[in-house]
Amino acid sequence: MTAVVFDKVWKEYGDQVVLEQVSLEIAPGSFVALVGPSGCGKTTLLRMLLGEERPTKGTIFVDGKPLVPEPNAERGVVFQRYSVFPHLTVLGNVLIGLELKASPLRGRLSGAARSAALEKAKGMIAAVGLGGSEDKYPTALSGGMQQRLALAQAMICKPKILLLDEPFGALDPGIRSDIHALMLELWNSSAMTVVMVTHDLSEAFRLGSRVISLDRQRSRPEEIQRYGSKISMDIDVWPRKQARHINGNGAGGHAAPALA
Amino acid sequence: MRIINRHPSRGLSVFLAALPFLALLIAYIIGSNARLAINPADKILPSFAQMAATMHEYALVPEKRSGEYILWSDTLISMWRLCTGLAIAVVISLVAGVAMGFIPWVKAMLTPFVEAFSLIPPITVLPILFIIVGLDEISKITLIAIGTAPFMLRAVALGVDEIPKELIVKAQTLGASTWQMIVRVVLPQVLPKLIVATRFALIPAWIFLISAEAIAATGGLGYRIFLVRRFLAMDVILPYVVWITLIAWTMDMLLALLQRRAFPWFQPERTK
Repeated sequence: MTAVVFDKVWKEYGDQVVLEQVSLEIAPGSFVALVGPSGCGKTTLLRMLLGEERPTKGTIFVDGKPLVPEPNAERGVVFQRYSVFPHLTVLGNVLIGLELKASPLRGRLSGAARSAALEKAKGMIAAVGLGGSEDKYPTALSGGMQQRLALAQAMICKPKILLLDEPFGALDPGIRSDIHALMLELWNSSAMTVVMVTHDLSEAFRLGSRVISLDRQRSRPEEIQRYGSKISMDIDVWPRKQARHINGNGAGGHAAPALA
Repeated sequence: MRIINRHPSRGLSVFLAALPFLALLIAYIIGSNARLAINPADKILPSFAQMAATMHEYALVPEKRSGEYILWSDTLISMWRLCTGLAIAVVISLVAGVAMGFIPWVKAMLTPFVEAFSLIPPITVLPILFIIVGLDEISKITLIAIGTAPFMLRAVALGVDEIPKELIVKAQTLGASTWQMIVRVVLPQVLPKLIVATRFALIPAWIFLISAEAIAATGGLGYRIFLVRRFLAMDVILPYVVWITLIAWTMDMLLALLQRRAFPWFQPERTK
């Protein structure tokens, strides 16, 4: 279980203030949905949590320790596009996380270690509903299937925090609702904290246990550059969602996928 | 119907493709016949029979003095120079290009140097090479490598740069080290682009090969055509040019085939 704290975080690009004194405590195991208008800095916030960008001022703590300032295996990510490796098959894309962990030099496995990893990867692929597509390349998959693959790829490394950058924004409504169900299952059955950026409010309330909206407090032309976004709303979603293993009673009504 | 919306059938396409070749061939035959009718000893546009006879001699009859088959020994030595030079350029461009494209420190240090270096017209380096390494094989191979490497290097570095940032971040979130990213993400994605760059490099490589052989050599396809030029021996030059074209085309096709077979996931932008 991982808690995240933003302590008076500012982000500026040159003279442009993007985020202004954002303080935020994210409880372990929560599913936070970040919403707000375009350009409000919600993706910037996510990138800082990812380690891709650094706060101009302030500190981000993960489990009480300052955030490692580069991406690592602690924090998984799914982007809207370019989330999977085009040169690897579905199986290769999921396997690579296990291979990188076990083989520092070649980044590949052989023999018994490979068989075990293959077994694990196939289980994960089946759990996200991609069974039977193991040998396809991502270009042969639909957008929804690619995002399922991206989830499987991130989940196999068992990240403490999963970051989602508008992951379902480009999908058709029907496909989107299927993948929402999958997302809730994955969150329910693991110990991770999820932070998702989205511009879709209904998605935010369907998935999130907490919805946070960022917005500029001042929008007059002469002020816009020197004042960044702040947290404008912070809503706990009812009925209260909680990852199943926290309260242990199977709330949520989703069948748990077979996750190794 | 507008002409841009009218598409030839498959059979017609083949015929249309053959048309310019046929036209050139027929024009040559007419010209050759006309000149030979006036002067049977004309050397400028020899007949196909004359060229076939000469090539028979070059390809199938050992030369009296050396006992070598001239066409094959010329081809062999030229191919060795071309392929060695290109291989060196491939290795340099892959190692330096990946480092330059992927590691900010190397990029900052090498990019301006490579850009400046690639502006040197390679042929002007040839006399320097002759003075430093002599007139033999090394100078020709080095010229091909120097002539093609900077361009290929920049293509590789650009190829690395074109890998979406998201994929590099993603690899790091899967725990990859810099080395692991090079081995598992960067190299596989950049190799097909290197093949594309190598195909583009074939033409300058041939130019440098033929030029170097024309200036100082004792064998090779370029050496031969510049040698027999003195005797206006078009019956040698024309078949040699066709032969060189054929080799270049075959190499290009083989590289294209390798690209499709080895990297089935890779689609260059223009074919999408």
